[in-house]
Amino acid sequence: MATPKPRVKVPEQANAGEVITIRTLINHDMESGQRISADGSPVPRRIINRFVCEFNGQTVFACDLEPAVAANPYFEFNARVAESGTFRFTWIDDDGSVYSSEQRIEVH
Amino acid sequence: MGLTRRQALAQAMALTAGAVTLTTLGVGPASAGVAEAQARIAEFTGGRQPESGRITLTVPDIVENGSSVPVSVSVSSAMTGDDMVEAVLIVAEENPSPPVATLHFTSLSGAAAASLRMRLARTQDVVAVARMTDGSVYLDRRHVRVTVGGCAG
Repeated sequence: MATPKPRVKVPEQANAGEVITIRTLINHDMESGQRISADGSPVPRRIINRFVCEFNGQTVFACDLEPAVAANPYFEFNARVAESGTFRFTWIDDDGSVYSSEQRIEVH
Repeated sequence: MGLTRRQALAQAMALTAGAVTLTTLGVGPASAGVAEAQARIAEFTGGRQPESGRITLTVPDIVENGSSVPVSVSVSSAMTGDDMVEAVLIVAEENPSPPVATLHFTSLSGAAAASLRMRLARTQDVVAVARMTDGSVYLDRRHVRVTVGGCAG
């Protein structure tokens, strides 16, 4: 599997108190653990099990993912921004790897 | 001795026929999935009886490919003060493993709404349950027809 690369879409600017829409995507097989490989043995589970979005260190949105989330997990959610700052996005893999991305927003 | 050989054979065949019927109809594994889904929902709600309303689950009526099915949930809530959604659980009742995702919201979320994509193994009901910070729970349920299942690949 290619190294997961996060992609996020956050507006560059917003008005104070505005509710913005954020979209994120990361490439990941989300191996469910239900599949049987060609030699008859089960393919071990390996998924992203948690996603967190923080703004200036405070949690905005989080999700616990199960194997029934489709490959290349996509999220669309909202955030209310009161001040300029940085969004931090974190994905946690079953194998302990952590993938992250940051995006700044200017609030007027 | 109670059973003759003929009676024993007839009984065995009847049992086998019954088992085959159950398997073909998918009744066996499906009801197991529903029971697991119910258990997961009960754990999430803390045993409270979910009410209808406030939560809207949006899924397609029919999908060709179960490996990536868009699902959106939205809960009507001011998301400030006492009127807050704490979490939303999404469950696909007849998947080999029913839970799909648990979404957590905060006062910074602005709106209790989110979209993602899930896998559906077969035609089934998808259920979304919202838990508010005051402990009340709301449920919405939608049926999705799947022409090709998505959990094997």
